[in-house]
Amino acid sequence: MSVALDLFSIVAIAAGAFFFFAGSVGLLRFPDSLTRLHALSKADNLGLGLVVLGLLPRVASLLDALKLVAIWALVLLSGAASAQLIGRALRRRGGDE
Amino acid sequence: MNEFLLCAAGFILLTVAAGLFRVLRGPGDADRMMAAQLLGTGGIAALLLIASATPVAGVADVALGLALLAAFASVAFVNSVGADDGQAREADGK
Amino acid sequence: MSVLQILDVGLALLVLAVAVWTIAAREIFGAVVGYVAYGLLLSLVWIRLFAPDVALTEAAIGSGVTGVLLVTSGARLKGAGKASAAAKPSLSLRLSAAALSLLAAAALAGVILALPDPGPTLAPEARQHLAATGLGNPVTAVLIAWRSFDTMLEKIVLALAVVGVWSVASDLYWGGAPAPLGRANPQGALLLLEQTLVPLGILVGVHIFWVGADAPGGAFQAGAILAAMWMIVMIARVSEPPPVNSRWLRLALVAGPAVFIVAGLAGLGMAGYFFAYPDGFAKPIILFIEAFMLLTIAATLPVLVAGPPRRSFRP
Repeated sequence: MSVALDLFSIVAIAAGAFFFFAGSVGLLRFPDSLTRLHALSKADNLGLGLVVLGLLPRVASLLDALKLVAIWALVLLSGAASAQLIGRALRRRGGDE
Repeated sequence: MNEFLLCAAGFILLTVAAGLFRVLRGPGDADRMMAAQLLGTGGIAALLLIASATPVAGVADVALGLALLAAFASVAFVNSVGADDGQAREADGK
Repeated sequence: MSVLQILDVGLALLVLAVAVWTIAAREIFGAVVGYVAYGLLLSLVWIRLFAPDVALTEAAIGSGVTGVLLVTSGARLKGAGKASAAAKPSLSLRLSAAALSLLAAAALAGVILALPDPGPTLAPEARQHLAATGLGNPVTAVLIAWRSFDTMLEKIVLALAVVGVWSVASDLYWGGAPAPLGRANPQGALLLLEQTLVPLGILVGVHIFWVGADAPGGAFQAGAILAAMWMIVMIARVSEPPPVNSRWLRLALVAGPAVFIVAGLAGLGMAGYFFAYPDGFAKPIILFIEAFMLLTIAATLPVLVAGPPRRSFRP
């Protein structure tokens, strides 16, 4: 059972790390600000989400698990709101500088 | 397993730190802000991974604080662009 | 080297690189973003040094109050033109500045390398006497029980900082309110963020204050988080910065140091010397002082960010 859980953790965390990698590559390589914003939100939402998912089987108590999920939810909220705000600010300035 | 968690934390930190090259290159301030935000999220992920591998009390609260304030720099940035000449703020201030 | 050591060395190098960038950056906003990133990395470093209380402070101050303060002032400086870059200092001045910096760095390095191993510490003593305070977190015990005079003076410094900021107001606006923190007609995304984040933030702030007696946390960290929440309410224009002659604002600004001084004097009367807490009552007194400090910190930091009054007083 614990081997299966460990395996689950490893797969989820590795997938999360991959999304951080992809987000960074996108931030560095994509041609304009709006597409870079798109890459960033993938890392924010999926990267941290998968890492949190992978860590969930390893927590000591229910409160710790709730805190982990709350951390992810807060980052989701912050990421979504700031992506909206930055995107609008970019568009107001006339696009892809 | 702990080794794996630490490796994952190191890998994530390395990738988001590479993203910081956007701060050097820009070109726009928005791009710089995005790199800082990616570092913030990556930092939270690395913090949680390190905490899971090395027992330190209170790390979850530190991550909670960081997550709570993750959007603040971006909000301040968006709030300040466009108003940077001070006109808009002065005008409704009087 | 183990994985953990490689991680630590990598983290240290990263912090140094970001610090060098922050100093070397020619562009204001690039330097500000570098500094925000630097603060975030520092809180990771504090966790690796097993100092979660400091990590929490760095996280709360660095990404909340300092981030907003620096980003906003950076944008204002940009609008003010490039006056700062006009005069380049002479070669001799730059050389002597470099020499002085090298000397300071060498002296610091010398002191650190000359420390005995293990370094001098009062930590075991603090642990040993922790039970007398009724607290479980030695950091809170040091701050409010054993070094209470220092902590009180730090709170008075906060009040002095407010006096400093307010003193640059013009006579015309004295008694009025600072300029609004946010722009007119806030966007929907900002309002949604404010409405969702603030209740959660208040909950987290109170939680961090309450666990501070026994676990990492405390009044300063919680106060910084609550201050950030008040700031986002003002950025979203749900409320405006209060006028500087508002009675409740001034009471909130001095409540922490005032209660601290009263508690210290009460100690003089009841237990024989300034800041002595009577036996068995240490923990309730400490929590009482901390509650007012929380209020003062949460009120002071946003007032500092909002700046001097810029609107004339309307009774």
